[in-house]
Amino acid sequence: MSEKSPILSIQNLRRDFKMGEETVHALRGVSFDIYPGEFVTIMGTSGSGKSTMLNILGCMDRPTSGHYILDGEHTEKLKGDALAKIRNQKIGFVFQSYNLLSRTTAIENVELPLLYNSKVSADERHRRAIEALKMVGLEDRMNHLPNQMSGGQQQRVAIARALVNDPVIILADEATGNLDTRTSYEIMMIFQQLHRQGKTIAFVTHEPDIATFSERTVTLRDGLLKKDVKNEMQDARTAFEALPPPEQFDEEE
Amino acid sequence: MGPITLIKISLKALLRNRMRTFLSVLGIVIGVAAVITMVAMGEGSKKSIKEQMTAMGTNAITIMPNQSRRGGVQMDASSSTETLEEEDVIALRKEATYIDAVSPLISVGGQAIVGNNNSPTSLSGVSADYLKIRNYEIADGVMFDDETDRMAKVCVIGQTVVKNLFPDSDPIGKTIRYKNIPLKVIGTLKAKGSGDFGQDQDDVIFTPYQTVMKRFGATTKIRQILANSIGEGYAEKATEEIMGILKERRSWTKPTDPFRIFTQEEMITMVTSTSDLLSLVLTAIAGISLFVGGIGIMNIMYVSVTERTKEIGLRMAIGARGRDILLQFLFESVIISLLGGAIGIALGVAASEIVKNVMNWPMSVSFMSVVVSFGVCFATGVFFGWYPARKASRLDPIEALRFE
Repeated sequence: MSEKSPILSIQNLRRDFKMGEETVHALRGVSFDIYPGEFVTIMGTSGSGKSTMLNILGCMDRPTSGHYILDGEHTEKLKGDALAKIRNQKIGFVFQSYNLLSRTTAIENVELPLLYNSKVSADERHRRAIEALKMVGLEDRMNHLPNQMSGGQQQRVAIARALVNDPVIILADEATGNLDTRTSYEIMMIFQQLHRQGKTIAFVTHEPDIATFSERTVTLRDGLLKKDVKNEMQDARTAFEALPPPEQFDEEE
Repeated sequence: MGPITLIKISLKALLRNRMRTFLSVLGIVIGVAAVITMVAMGEGSKKSIKEQMTAMGTNAITIMPNQSRRGGVQMDASSSTETLEEEDVIALRKEATYIDAVSPLISVGGQAIVGNNNSPTSLSGVSADYLKIRNYEIADGVMFDDETDRMAKVCVIGQTVVKNLFPDSDPIGKTIRYKNIPLKVIGTLKAKGSGDFGQDQDDVIFTPYQTVMKRFGATTKIRQILANSIGEGYAEKATEEIMGILKERRSWTKPTDPFRIFTQEEMITMVTSTSDLLSLVLTAIAGISLFVGGIGIMNIMYVSVTERTKEIGLRMAIGARGRDILLQFLFESVIISLLGGAIGIALGVAASEIVKNVMNWPMSVSFMSVVVSFGVCFATGVFFGWYPARKASRLDPIEALRFE
């Protein structure tokens, strides 16, 4: 793995926010690399700078100083429209609250990123959306509306939407935060499956048990890199099957 | 992202909020329909007035004594210093070159009676030229002659009078009584039809002017003289000539004119400018309702942008540029306004037809007003959609995604 060049590299990344007179240092010089095919979790308590880190990694925010190289491109130099293009073609977002368009079918939600890419024809858009939905096991729910689906299913649609543009990295922001343990593990099974297929994943969470399903954990504290360790990756399917069956689960509630 | 995809996105967004879309479309529909109907009303009445004025003779010239004013009060024509006389008519007929017909007009009010039938029609003392000036034609019988029928107790009557007095018989040769003086009907006039405004042009009785002067009025004064210019564009020259002849006869030296001369062209301009003003006021009122409809769109778009902040954030996160968001919202407001415009035009045209057929008002939907309305709708959509759309396009994706 060390022979490969990193797909994502941040070097001495700083981000300051001006709050009136005061300057808040959200990131105080963080450096790490992510290599192709890695499944990394980024952990930290609130205030550790992980949200700021995610926004910069997602090209929605720019660092005050330092470098952020994504797929060979120095993104810190780019502006509005160029950043939008990177978000559109190199990044797949999965959010905590799914962020699906209401009253819009699953397949239309998945097609959405491709609408903003003029190179993709309508036919290809449709074909790729179906493919992405198959990858998350929702090919029989294509024409369902978000309010006709469970939280887990909605998150799977969101994952399909993140996959559809074939991004160089999938960024997940507390993607299991709104789900119960069983469903969380199901979602983690999908992420592990994507990992096996060679996708690069950065997963932001504050739950330590979710981190055990990845192969590496980067921990931030007070805007600095605190730990960067390899994990013994737990199998999400095994963990899921070890859970008490759902009926019993319900009675315990 | 192509414009067609953007239009599709905008349409989908509008369909997701049907009730809201319907209500904002309605605002524009009412505005446009009002404008179309009001303009049709204004244009229609203008057209109808013009037609009537034309029917009265486009080349007609009216000569009246200049009314004297005392202390700002306009006095009656009879108290004016100068009066028209029969000699003026004769002089004009002989000397004027820019006119081809001259007739005095002296009216007497009253009613015509035949047996048990009567007709409340004023009696007009004219000469034979009057028919030419006012575009009347003889339907049956003959017109009286100025020389042979001088002071004769004869008359020519319009179709309304025929209907009133001789419902089932031929009027020619019969006698009508006007103020107890018998008048023999020697001719009838072809119907000119009644206009939508103004008086019935078939409700007339013509008799030689000397008959009125001697037998009815016992006067030598003539209230009005009418003339017919030799063609379009000669009205001004004819006016000057007439004034010259009339002044010469009186050796007039005062700086003010003794008479007033109106040409039909002037009358048309005067009347149409009045109706122009009226239709302008009506259209302005309707325009205000279109403006209010536009504000409705702006209001809806603002609410929509705020409500869909999270959607905007998501679209930006997955690669929408500010421009894409701007155009999406701009298209939404333009679609609302154009849809409203199309329905409004259809409704306005339908309303105009209904008013025309049911209430018998003269209505004229002009192609121009349809085109302009549609253009105004497009402009309204862009104008009132721009600010909310720009607000949407300038949202920070991070903030927008966090919005609850």
